[in-house]
Amino acid sequence: MTTEKLDPKVKLDIEHILEDLEHYHPRRKGWTWREEVPGGYKVNKFHYKDMTKPLKNSVPLPASKYFDHIDPQPKPVITTEIASGRFEDDLRRMRMAAWHGADHIMVIRTTGQSHIDGLLEGTPEGVGGVPITRKQIRASRKACDMIEDEVGRPINFHSYVSGVAGPEVAVLFAEEGINGAHQDPQYNVLYRNVNMYRSFVDAAEAKCVMTGARIFQIDGAHNANATAKEGWSVMPELLVQHGINCAFSVAAGMPKDLIGLSTVPPCAPPSPKLWYDLPYAVALRDFFSDYKMRAQQNTRYIEADIEEATRTHVIDTLISALTRADIQSTITPDEGRNVPWHYNNIRGIETAKQTLVALDGIKELVKIDRDGPLGEMVRDLKERAICFLEEVLEIGGYFAAVEKGFFVDSAKYPERNGDGIARDGKGGVGAGSIVKREADYFAPVCSHFGHNKLPAGARRPCAPIDGCTLCKPEKIVFIDELDPSDSCNTRLEKTMPFRKGGRIRPEAEWAGDGVMLLQFFVPEEIETARVAGLEIAKKMGLHDPEVINAQVMHPSEGTFIEVKGKVDFSIDKATLKIPPKEVILPEDDLRAAVKKVGLKVVAGTVGEDEHSVGLREILDIKHGGIEKYGVKYHYLGTSVPVGKLIDAAIETGAQAILISTIISHNDVHRANMKKLDELCREKGIRDKIILIAGGTQVSRDMAKESGMDDGFGRGTKGIHVVNSMVKILKARGVI
Amino acid sequence: MTDNERIARFEKRRAELHKMSDEQLRTRFWELCGKAVEPMIELAKSHTSPSIERAVLLRMGIDSISTKGVVTRVHEAGLLGHGAGHVVLKVAEKCKTDVRGAARRIIEDAAVLSGLFGGK
Repeated sequence: MTTEKLDPKVKLDIEHILEDLEHYHPRRKGWTWREEVPGGYKVNKFHYKDMTKPLKNSVPLPASKYFDHIDPQPKPVITTEIASGRFEDDLRRMRMAAWHGADHIMVIRTTGQSHIDGLLEGTPEGVGGVPITRKQIRASRKACDMIEDEVGRPINFHSYVSGVAGPEVAVLFAEEGINGAHQDPQYNVLYRNVNMYRSFVDAAEAKCVMTGARIFQIDGAHNANATAKEGWSVMPELLVQHGINCAFSVAAGMPKDLIGLSTVPPCAPPSPKLWYDLPYAVALRDFFSDYKMRAQQNTRYIEADIEEATRTHVIDTLISALTRADIQSTITPDEGRNVPWHYNNIRGIETAKQTLVALDGIKELVKIDRDGPLGEMVRDLKERAICFLEEVLEIGGYFAAVEKGFFVDSAKYPERNGDGIARDGKGGVGAGSIVKREADYFAPVCSHFGHNKLPAGARRPCAPIDGCTLCKPEKIVFIDELDPSDSCNTRLEKTMPFRKGGRIRPEAEWAGDGVMLLQFFVPEEIETARVAGLEIAKKMGLHDPEVINAQVMHPSEGTFIEVKGKVDFSIDKATLKIPPKEVILPEDDLRAAVKKVGLKVVAGTVGEDEHSVGLREILDIKHGGIEKYGVKYHYLGTSVPVGKLIDAAIETGAQAILISTIISHNDVHRANMKKLDELCREKGIRDKIILIAGGTQVSRDMAKESGMDDGFGRGTKGIHVVNSMVKILKARGVI
Repeated sequence: MTDNERIARFEKRRAELHKMSDEQLRTRFWELCGKAVEPMIELAKSHTSPSIERAVLLRMGIDSISTKGVVTRVHEAGLLGHGAGHVVLKVAEKCKTDVRGAARRIIEDAAVLSGLFGGK
């Protein structure tokens, strides 16, 4: 099936994506890794060791403007989790994420879906995630097809095969071309209280189905260090949990290259993080060298401060780079204060990208020293893990160990705090629901695990039904909606004005949600500052204001406050006056015009201001300044009185005066501009002279208000100034 | 076993492991993992569940809502151990209909399930 090409200048058309879904089938199945560049990626003056094929369309890091806008793409696949509860709004976020370098998009399920015994259909709104249904994943996969064509790299779409409907969800994912999924029966048992026998019996089938569709598997072991009181103490157990899921998966027929460990550095500053996280990462990679590593950033210690979370995530990513990560997952840094917002997904992705690019080839420069304390710590973890397993077997095996509360005990094995999660084999969701297969048990389908008595002579298990849905996708039954009142169509109608109707409203998660954030400093102690912050937000017209972060700068001097709230107005796009983007005349035309009038300027930094770099760059030929286009200049230096510039202009017959004004304290920059304008009028030369001001705080509008003919801010080049002067001369009829 | 006894056993085990090379430790770890999952894999091979059977019916081209109805009926009739897909095929043969038609028949009237497997 072909997909239409997206235009980077046009928003995703969600209604269009939803059209004709019943006939959509995924164009490929299975997981995709990033494409390596043979001999290393070379771009600009750099020769990277580990960067992969670049994107066709992307948003590079902000500092890339100093490096010719390059956007190197690290080797690990980069994950972002997008699940706002309304999948139709998530599609736009997926596109933004892909442009910033994410190629693994994970959708968290709505609360409670793991206890639903069966599949959901339609597109109801979710809580804390998205109800995973055929329509939702089909539309999302279709959108991902279009987005991956736009950025030029395959996107892996991912969700969860857990809960009591695992095998059905796995079939749904295999049919719909989902590329990755969490599957770990231990997760069901420990954290979702699904009956342990049911969970493992179902898991073997789910893994078999996933294998058939080459769906990459991620386990759930990392939940132990998010759950246990001291995450870093459960490290030996984590090795055991990873080991059990890996061994079980392989025994169910899954190839090792489809099996990933979900691993999180368990510590965070102010602890001496590296002393815990590095030995753990090394021990894990030693034991599991045949398996893939999905390195996740730590969520356990995320507080409301976005910057703190980001810093911890940089160190987590450093550990990935020092050891090994095949997938680098990201956590949105705002997870500690709200359901992730659009732009915080992007921040998380950029943290991973920026860190991994910076650390390109680190293993050629730095080696892990196993001879020192690290080697001992690695060995200790491995020995404890093996002893843990020996004890599990000694007391009667895995199920017995779960009943006795062996897992997620917060003490470091073999110590026990007695706070582990114990489950009864006779209890839990779906208890007593497994059934022994009879000798004539038969399932006429592919990717089925276990005893299956096929009819004599059947070449494929699905031959008796002339092909199952995995072989003949046209047999799949597409259900559109079960409850039209709780569907994406109803929601899309409501958000139409903000998506297609020309109304503009800020947005954090959902089209038209109106959510925005205020950040400010309140010179009061924290409790006063919180209350004051709310009042300030209310006075500014924000609805439902809520303080989502308050940080003490000093116990009495003041507090940094962040308040979120909503606006209920919207802006009519048609009423906005968007300044036209300046069209620069061709260089040859500029040169000809400059020559024709013999364009001369005088220039200097005005006021008590010793800054000279910016103006020199505008003037000098070396920096591509106005000299390059034939303009003659007379530079008077820094801290030049305004009157002196005018005298020099008259004396030399210059057609323009260029002033630089960096210092803006007490609006001194505006004052100098006004003074220059007034003095020129007094001398009677204002209509003959061009006045241009430049500086970091200068804008075109502000300069014009202050009597200048034009003004320039950051990022200005000589050509912009020449272009402006030539246009003014043309307008005045001089040329 | 008291905690002190457990920890004493741990120390004894660990003393044995001290003698092993890193590679031997790794081998030991995977041997033990393999042993731990053996009974679980045997259980999975020889058992099925309502979700597995619904997943079979889905692959046979039956919609998700009907898979639920069929598996519930088949389970209640005590026939899940033969395989829900197997049951659907038998009903299709008996009623001279296709797979989806058989699923409908089972949901409409569980009586169609009687006598499918030698008079049960």
